[in-house]
Amino acid sequence: MTGEGHADTKTAPAAEVGAGSPYAIEVEGLSKSFGGRVVVRNLTMRVKRGQIYGFLGPNGSGKTTTIRMLCGLLTPDSGRGTCLGMDILTQSREIRRLVGYMTQRFSLYGDLSVRENLEFVARIYGVREPEEAARKAVERLGLAGRDRQLAGSLSGGWKQRLALGACILPSPRLLLLDEPTAGVDPKARREFWAQIHELAAEGLTVLVSTHYMDEAERCHEIAYIAYGDLLAQGTVEEVVAGAGLTTYTVTGGDPATLARELAGTPGIELVAPFGTSVHVGALDAAALEAAIRPFMQRPELTWRKDEPTLEDVFIDLMNRSQDNFR
Amino acid sequence: MSASAGFSGFFRRVGAMMRKEFLQLLRDHVSFATMISIPLLQLVLFGYAINTTPRHLPTAVLAYENTSITRSILAALENTKYFAVTHHPRSAEEAEHLVRSGDVLFVVEIPAGFERAVRRGESPSLLVAADATDPVASSSALAALGRLVETAMVRERFVIDAGPEGSGLENQPPAFSIVTHPRYNPAAVTQLNIVPGLLGTILTMTMLIFTALSVTREIERGTMEALLAMPIRPVEVMLGKIAPYVLVGAMQATMIVVAGVYLFGVPMVGSLGLLTVLTTLFIVTNLSIGYTFSTLAQNQLQAVQMTFMYFLPNILLSGFMFPFAGMPTWAQWIGETLPLTHYLRMVRGILLKGSTMSDLTSDILGLTAIMLVAMVIAVKRFRQTLD
Repeated sequence: MTGEGHADTKTAPAAEVGAGSPYAIEVEGLSKSFGGRVVVRNLTMRVKRGQIYGFLGPNGSGKTTTIRMLCGLLTPDSGRGTCLGMDILTQSREIRRLVGYMTQRFSLYGDLSVRENLEFVARIYGVREPEEAARKAVERLGLAGRDRQLAGSLSGGWKQRLALGACILPSPRLLLLDEPTAGVDPKARREFWAQIHELAAEGLTVLVSTHYMDEAERCHEIAYIAYGDLLAQGTVEEVVAGAGLTTYTVTGGDPATLARELAGTPGIELVAPFGTSVHVGALDAAALEAAIRPFMQRPELTWRKDEPTLEDVFIDLMNRSQDNFR
Repeated sequence: MSASAGFSGFFRRVGAMMRKEFLQLLRDHVSFATMISIPLLQLVLFGYAINTTPRHLPTAVLAYENTSITRSILAALENTKYFAVTHHPRSAEEAEHLVRSGDVLFVVEIPAGFERAVRRGESPSLLVAADATDPVASSSALAALGRLVETAMVRERFVIDAGPEGSGLENQPPAFSIVTHPRYNPAAVTQLNIVPGLLGTILTMTMLIFTALSVTREIERGTMEALLAMPIRPVEVMLGKIAPYVLVGAMQATMIVVAGVYLFGVPMVGSLGLLTVLTTLFIVTNLSIGYTFSTLAQNQLQAVQMTFMYFLPNILLSGFMFPFAGMPTWAQWIGETLPLTHYLRMVRGILLKGSTMSDLTSDILGLTAIMLVAMVIAVKRFRQTLD
């Protein structure tokens, strides 16, 4: 791992607990509600060690709550599970030592400098020679000239980099990243993901929640959670294939008018304009083909059957789960 | 994790927390300036501007005769320095109006035939009407007036009695000098009582506010979530957050005591060491209470509101503003639960009376008990999770 800081050897044995299990996260039937509203319902998931696990779902779907339960910030109402082989209900203190949690909101101290923030983290986790560890982390982050700058005055991309740097400074075994790239420019995002892959290659397990489809496709495995329910889990290919969607792309004509027409046709469940084309899809392939047959007669339109994208699958899942709740 | 590793880890984490709090404190220039200016400002205001034994109060004299005895009385009045004769109304109505409008606080009415009555030994009465809406302002002056008139009468009588014998005393100027004996009014110098009291109230206010804000600030800024996800215990967070303010409190206390001794002549009768120890105890108690507030409040505004709600009974029921012994029993019981009550007794005792540790045992125990209760509540209340 890139983290140069050495963990306190006194706490190291805890890391080996459950080292035999191939899973870094193994939870079963986790549920949590706030004031009678179910936020996470009967969630079961497994994350293999050394994998990048993408956690997707609409806003308010329970992603943050799940992550908080995993690192002991919230106590589940029911269910059980282990994180790095340690019980999430009884060993949350030990789990905290070995988990790096990057919150959705920037949560380093804005009124402390880059260096002071890193030193604080190093000291709390008991990293040996915290000044040295912080200095090295600053260099690794490419913030060498700006280590005296207040963290609050950094740009969004740099803040996110610093937050990740602080997370990996105490050499965790598991990273929980809650929407780490929200509001970050594409270049910074790409660099961020390169780093995540590097960390995973060194054996770190990463659970990352995101809204971006391209990011989901960079994960080894993904899970889709909506309104408290885990709806799909597996590799991107598995999830796409598992959805059983049939999709067509149609070009020509006015996409907006066409989309409106198509959306009103029974048998078509998914309509999304993409630039000059429109993407349509449905679970029932026969019904879909019957529905688009009249449109295929139009000379100005070109129809092409294609593979559903991850986004098609997610939007379909989202529509379906909303329907179930109404 | 072995016991010794746990112990060193404890100090390491508390140390890290302290360091962080200190850096944040030093970087927050406004708060830091406030911490220094509050004691200075309060000292100057209470020490110089506010005086519960005010002097030169505006007085109207309604004299129906102008004789040597009335002149003696008026001269004596002004000599007390409590009264400044500003008006000479010609009628009772005019005098009444002056009191009602607040132009004067007192009306001294010398009836016609006063001197003759005095000479005949009829002991006539001198009417003094006082605006008693502010009893604090008028009471000392009235007390002085009683003594003054008595003295003036005796003096005049003595002069008059001696007159027929031709001793020449008649020609002596009626040199009235009314001396107020401080023996009867030991706290007449307001500052002597106020400065030690201020030490307690200033420490209460600043210590409470700054710690009350410390946890809620982290919640508002979103840093609490990350802090909770770190391997640090609630008690370690608390101690790390409190410690820097113990130093701030010690600094404020030093400023106030030094100013009290050098600017206001507060005596330092008792032991400075004992004062230091007990002041530290008091500071830690207030910090624990402030920390408890910060775990109860949802945001910084609520924390400040709670602090003020708590501060009010501290000012009123601790014996800072009003004598503790004069309060009804139930109010005294409330007062006993406030740290300031105990501290005021300690600090006034040590500074002014030279009280020793054994004199203050019950207050030391009371303060310690309050501190422990506050600390336990704070640690219990500090949520280790976001539930």
